[in-house]
Amino acid sequence: MNPAYSVIFFTTASGAGYGLLTWLGVAVLFFDLPAHRWFGLAAFAVALTLITVGLLASTFHLGHPERAWRGLTQWRSSWLSREGVVAVATYIPAGLAAIGWVFLTNNDGIWAWLSAVAAVLAVVTVLCTAMIYQSLRAIPRWNTPWVMAGYLGLALASGALLFHFGVRTFGLGFAWSGWAAALLTIAAWAIKLAYWNSIDNAAPRATAETATGLGHLGKVRLFEAPHTGDNYLMREMGYKIARNHAKRLRTIALILGGAIPVVLAVVATQLPDVTAALVALLAVISAGAGLLVERWLFFAEAVHTISLYYGTDAA
Amino acid sequence: MTSLPQSPPATKLGLVIDLDTCVGCHACAVNCKEWNTGGHSAPLTDLEPYGESPLGVWFNRIHSFEAGDGAEGRTVNFPKSCLHCDEPACVTVCPTGASYKREEDGIVLVNPDTCIGCKLCSWACPYGAREYDYTDGVMKKCTLCVDRIYNENLEEVDRVPACVSTCPASARHFGDLGDPNSEVSQLVAERGGYDLMPEMEMQPVNKYLPPRPAKTSTGDTGAPAALPDHDIAPVEATGRGFLAWVDRTLSR
Ligand code: SF4
Ligand code: SF4
Repeated sequence: MNPAYSVIFFTTASGAGYGLLTWLGVAVLFFDLPAHRWFGLAAFAVALTLITVGLLASTFHLGHPERAWRGLTQWRSSWLSREGVVAVATYIPAGLAAIGWVFLTNNDGIWAWLSAVAAVLAVVTVLCTAMIYQSLRAIPRWNTPWVMAGYLGLALASGALLFHFGVRTFGLGFAWSGWAAALLTIAAWAIKLAYWNSIDNAAPRATAETATGLGHLGKVRLFEAPHTGDNYLMREMGYKIARNHAKRLRTIALILGGAIPVVLAVVATQLPDVTAALVALLAVISAGAGLLVERWLFFAEAVHTISLYYGTDAA
Repeated sequence: MTSLPQSPPATKLGLVIDLDTCVGCHACAVNCKEWNTGGHSAPLTDLEPYGESPLGVWFNRIHSFEAGDGAEGRTVNFPKSCLHCDEPACVTVCPTGASYKREEDGIVLVNPDTCIGCKLCSWACPYGAREYDYTDGVMKKCTLCVDRIYNENLEEVDRVPACVSTCPASARHFGDLGDPNSEVSQLVAERGGYDLMPEMEMQPVNKYLPPRPAKTSTGDTGAPAALPDHDIAPVEATGRGFLAWVDRTLSR
């Protein structure tokens, strides 16, 4: 699949935003996070900005962005539509919780429950995003539950790194959130490794033989493509990445997105607030860079069955 | 509404494509482009038609494959367009309701007025049957010539998809594959028509007829394996004239 930058940016940015919303809800509900006004303002601003910018970016690749609202109508059948509906719905409790937190410095009682609802909807949105990809049988490497696990894991891990950066910046204590972020990051990248392992070893789901139904005659090879030029299908779905190229990028993603943030988050737990905040910020930046590489690979490595009609042997 | 029809369509209009007789002339693709660039999904935009890398919207494309090796090896021309699947993922993934499957005849269509051009349907179709029009910003696809097959302004014989009407090798057949007694269904039964990539579970309506077994000896063609021996009586050297003299002289 051709990695479209708008979609890469959307899934990583809004994933991190939803992850942060989730941790805000969890921290309020279970860990009695104080309703610090400026922390609240910063945290909700960052989360909602990441989500909004991501959602806007995802409309850039539409042929008719002005009709985007129509995408909310088919939630009965379409994961893309469901994602849109839940994403929009999340704004309501998140926005209300933000108002309580920032203007009334209150995150107890009803406000806590609003944060909790926002957290649940945030998780559901990320799962819907993942299902858009996972549900596509025509892209066998995505058609596995590892996709959902990966999207959720990485969203929660990047959200945790952001949360950690926030609490240290505003000196709220919660130094242990560095450990939590590190553990979540390790878990998320373990899932990613399992995903890569599974797609490397999976038997092909479809082949040039099944695509043409000519397997009974022997090995099927493309003799002539339909035309000498390019076409939409090949531009959008014919992207191929060299194996060793992909391998190198996987290592880069793993180091930037996994190893460095984990080390930095753990180091931050041992430092006083100001330096810890700086180190936590570096962890966020590194994780972001790693995520972009990971998401780029997610698309670039996925082989669409259409390529079976254009000279690929198996998908 | 991108949920599939409540009751699966009883009529399943579709194509049966004969890989044995297709000669790979691309006439169907050209006539498809010709008709549809003025039809339901008009226009089928071309970008840079005379430039370095022309690119355009086509609903039907003719691939060519080699299958097998040696004497059993074949070159098979392989036309491919939308298969108007019974379980079309392209429809159910559509977030807007622009993509739909018609209850009355099973044809899969896109409403260009509500499509937002998210392209997800083209990702969901395993067969590469959907075409994004970069100029219009909407998805387009084979309509099974819905604007011909019911068109009372056309002669009855012309009420078939453009590709079918133009194929010089009669490699394309159109009819109701939901009716086991229809000509196309009979053809499928007789010739062992099959689905492309059944493992994708789209339950395509269009069927492909496999190439007939390769003819590897002269006997397979119906001609005798060798010409019968005839006893040819030597010409008696009894004639007269110059040629007879040459003949007599040479055979001496
Ligand atoms: S061939 Fe593709 S576009 Fe046509 S109905 Fe089937 S899934 Fe949809
Ligand atoms: S491109 Fe149009 S028809 Fe296809 S899924 Fe998106 S809105 Fe539906």
